[in-house]
Amino acid sequence: MSDMLLEVAGIETAYGQSQVLHGLDLEIRAGETVTLLGRNGMGKTTAIRSIMGLTPARQGAISFRGSRIEAEAPDRIARRGIALVPEGRQIFPNLSVREHLVAFAENRSGAKEPWTPQRVFALFPRLRERAEHMGNQLSGGEQQMLAIGRALVTNPYLLVLDEATEGLAPLIREEIWKCLAALRAAGQTILVVDKYIERLVQLADRHTIIERGRVAWQGGSEELSSNRELWHRYLGV
Amino acid sequence: MSWILILEQSLNGLQFGLMLFLLAAGLTLVFGIMDMINLAHGSLYMLGAFFAATLVQATGSFALGVLLAIPATALAGMLLEVAVLRTLYARDHLSQVLATFALILIANEVVRIVWGSDLQMTMPAALSGPVQLLPGMPYPAYRLLIIGVGLAVAALLYVLVAKTRIGMLVRAGASNREMALAMGVNIQRLFTLVFGVGAALCAVAGAMLGPLFAVQVGMGESILILAFVVIVIGGIGSIRGALVGAVLVGMVDTIGRAFLPHLFGLFLPPQFASAAGPAIASVLVYLLMAVVLFVRPQGLFPARG
Repeated sequence: MSDMLLEVAGIETAYGQSQVLHGLDLEIRAGETVTLLGRNGMGKTTAIRSIMGLTPARQGAISFRGSRIEAEAPDRIARRGIALVPEGRQIFPNLSVREHLVAFAENRSGAKEPWTPQRVFALFPRLRERAEHMGNQLSGGEQQMLAIGRALVTNPYLLVLDEATEGLAPLIREEIWKCLAALRAAGQTILVVDKYIERLVQLADRHTIIERGRVAWQGGSEELSSNRELWHRYLGV
Repeated sequence: MSWILILEQSLNGLQFGLMLFLLAAGLTLVFGIMDMINLAHGSLYMLGAFFAATLVQATGSFALGVLLAIPATALAGMLLEVAVLRTLYARDHLSQVLATFALILIANEVVRIVWGSDLQMTMPAALSGPVQLLPGMPYPAYRLLIIGVGLAVAALLYVLVAKTRIGMLVRAGASNREMALAMGVNIQRLFTLVFGVGAALCAVAGAMLGPLFAVQVGMGESILILAFVVIVIGGIGSIRGALVGAVLVGMVDTIGRAFLPHLFGLFLPPQFASAAGPAIASVLVYLLMAVVLFVRPQGLFPARG
């Protein structure tokens, strides 16, 4: 539990002239589930994009398993073992469900029992039924399961989920939460952005609240659940 | 107008369409994955034809010459990608158009210096005669070979794109490049490969059409315009769209030129029909494009869903 997986130190990220992150810090140890919380526009998605190299940080350092990655290309970072389940799911419309899983299947973390397309089908039987359907023929829930499955078959050290339950029916949302809890129990390290704080305090070990591109508060689940003042102040609940 | 004539022109249209497909396939992937407008794609077609003409003469064998021209052109294409085009991806379309237009001019001059302005390429003697397809319907054997080669390459490309892992990654890159990157796809290397395959397809088209049309400087430009029409009709980034679009354009163009003057003759005064027929026929594919764009602005098979 003590080896550091991801270390984000003082990153500053901007889109053109508008700076979104102003010196953000974040640490994730192997096996932990950590959340990024905060109101819309506070920089959660930008933080994830900077970690993935999609919107590189202008200042600061990001280390992953001891290597500096802040200047690396996104594909290189992904192959190091960070998998993204992005906002809006970003399913490839012209690939079938099976192809989504086959195309990216790779044991990037050298896991002893790696995720394979077959294991993903066992986790989400719904996807097995739809295996030959194209990405653009799936419902929102199916797309979300596929986005998680697509990330899992790369066998990442770190699984990053950005708004994975957004826009889903309550039953399907519940299924996603159960899946994340099972992944955590199996030792998967997870960084998660979501709005359902009640569920996140049950799921995660630690929480990071972002306010205007900086960390405003960090702490454990018990502290966060008992401190309603934080919810009002930073999360608009 | 006999049925035989219609059948013959349809085969001509298919043959032209399949060769257009070979050009459009590379173009649509380059455009689809890298959002890159490459006007110099036609120069690779020209280069392929010149390589083929030279190698056929040097080896004394049509088949060997054509087969050698394909990897030679693929190599030239990949070299072009690594040396020049790679620096253009991040630029806007106007810069790409300007730079690749310059490449056309440079390629034309280089070819003129090395080979002169044209080369003779003869089809194999065994295939220069007609084949009796149906009773009373002879058809040039060489054109049948072109159709066969076109269908075979299309099938090969289909297997490559639809059934292999590389093909899945290419499709993923064409529909959502950023997500493909985030999944760890080395788009840069994949694209060099795609570019090489595109150049190889250009070489096949240039080599096969060499004996029919002239192998000459500037041969790439007119066909490039049609290839762009094809990918706009088919949907940018889609191989299937390129195939359907190319056969459609090949058919409409060939059949239009063959029959439109006759058709107009049925209800227009002869002197008017003979003037309007060819004029309308030459803009028919652009009309087709306009109609497709009006009904389906993303093309027939959009890769980005």
